[in-house]
Amino acid sequence: MTPALIPSLGPAVPEILLAVAAMALLMVGVFRGNGASNLVGWLSVAALGVAAVLTLGLPGERVLTFSNMFVVDGFARFVKVMVLMSSALAIIMSMNWLDRENINRFEYPLLVLLAALGMAMMVSANDLISLYVGLELQSLSLYVLAAIRRDSAVSTEAGIKYFVLGALASGMLLYGSSLIYGFTGTTNFDALATLFGREGYSASIGLIFGIVFLAAGLAFKVSAVPFHMWTPDVYEGAPTPVTAFFAVAPKIAALALFSRIVLGPFAEMIDQWRQIIVFLAIASMVLGAVAAIVQTNIKRLMAYSSIGHVGYALVGLAAGTEEGVRGLLIYLAIYLAMNVGAFICILAMRRKDGMTEEIRDLAGLAQTRPGMAAALAIFMFSLAGIPPLAGFFGKFYVFVAAVNAGLVGLAVIGVIASVIGAYYYLRIVKIMYFDEPAAEFEAPMSRELGIVVTAAAVFTVLFVLYPSPILDSAAVAAAALVP
Amino acid sequence: MEALLLEYLPILIFLGVAIALSLVFVGAAWLIARQNPDPEKLSAYECGFDAFGDSRRQFDVRFYLVSILFIIFDLEVAFLFPWAVALGDIGIFGFWSMVIFLGILTVGFIYEWKKGALEWE
Repeated sequence: MTPALIPSLGPAVPEILLAVAAMALLMVGVFRGNGASNLVGWLSVAALGVAAVLTLGLPGERVLTFSNMFVVDGFARFVKVMVLMSSALAIIMSMNWLDRENINRFEYPLLVLLAALGMAMMVSANDLISLYVGLELQSLSLYVLAAIRRDSAVSTEAGIKYFVLGALASGMLLYGSSLIYGFTGTTNFDALATLFGREGYSASIGLIFGIVFLAAGLAFKVSAVPFHMWTPDVYEGAPTPVTAFFAVAPKIAALALFSRIVLGPFAEMIDQWRQIIVFLAIASMVLGAVAAIVQTNIKRLMAYSSIGHVGYALVGLAAGTEEGVRGLLIYLAIYLAMNVGAFICILAMRRKDGMTEEIRDLAGLAQTRPGMAAALAIFMFSLAGIPPLAGFFGKFYVFVAAVNAGLVGLAVIGVIASVIGAYYYLRIVKIMYFDEPAAEFEAPMSRELGIVVTAAAVFTVLFVLYPSPILDSAAVAAAALVP
Repeated sequence: MEALLLEYLPILIFLGVAIALSLVFVGAAWLIARQNPDPEKLSAYECGFDAFGDSRRQFDVRFYLVSILFIIFDLEVAFLFPWAVALGDIGIFGFWSMVIFLGILTVGFIYEWKKGALEWE
């Protein structure tokens, strides 16, 4: 046996930086005590920023390392930058809130940092084993984050529910992976792709079982119907900044992972997995649109909204073409901006006696806080997909891709669902602008959050004028994934 | 078939010696030692708990914490044994991989120590 060669570490530099930063900051935090929370928080944001810059600096072509278990290509770079950005925003969003709620724990930003590391590894996974390791690092950090308010019954309930159901999903994913390994003899994505691409290869029933279990586990992680049951409870129970994080970064990472799996190793088996994705997309879009109508809690509403949006994103994946992946990536980038903005507004719903989460508390916001009402209205119109806001273009590109791939029925159902869904987004606008004012919210949001929310609103409004940076980089990323 | 079975002969011998020895120990204690039983001595031994009871009984979460912390170092040793045996084959890369792994564990250990997770009170 020859001694193992040292693998090239270059492609993984952003991940290595995140891991080292997380451990170093853990030591800083534990020796300086909780008084250093703000320092640790800003240093974590800095680490995520540097990692994003390093990711952009990686070469554009496809590079494999760590015995072909880790891949960096244009697709991974695009998604990683989104994930790192939204994780950094999640930390910025939470800092003010942590002070006010007296949760002052330096572990909070570190858990976000570790979750971001797990997500970056998921996005770069090129093997069922590295996929699982990345996914678990992300999930375990998120379980703890959901229960970070350990003296609150709803927060701990959200944490334990997420943990138990997440463990079940991980089990399904592992079972699927073991079936795939058992029927093919390999866990490497490239080797699987070569095997399925062979002349006359026909999938055995056991292998299809494996793919179905793998898809079910991933569908749980992106909270697609029928694996969505945990989402409303966890989103409602988890502290608001954590919910904002859950709604953006892990969804982007898991959808990217989903795309990499079905369009990488299983690209030749499109007939087998397309039915699954089409079903998940239809069920998520319809349930997301219908179930949100009766919600009175805005975080629950955003949970159903995120289920619906996962459905729309999956429409792009169901197309299975380069155009579909491009649509999916554009959708995710726009979704990031809209959701971060909307959640900052939800975070600002604070009275003297604490946070409120009821939709009726937004009544008359246009008179008491016109700026915040205008921003929230922009995000709601955009989430509903009303042109010329960014949300419309996200939906437009995935539906066009679906139609071009011959999935006209899917696109029609998507359009109908988004019309139904528009009702509850517009209802919030109506409550803010036409109802009698409710009690006023306390002090305005902090300066950092004001800047972020303005930037998100400007992006959402002006995307129509200058869309090419996102469209072009998404096209490059999609071309890297679909050969 | 004969040759295959012969390969397992040492295990059979080992099994026989183990059974014989354990019989000797139990039997000797029963025959020779002074016996003075009481309920505590006769009950099954389990650390910190009643051996039998309602499984839904509340118990101190610190037991859980200690066992979790223990498992980490248990696993560390489980990794160290094959690493030590294969060190000649895996070379300098294998050596440093394990050193990095131990370093990460040490960071976690410092954290739990400073946090006071190892103190009972």
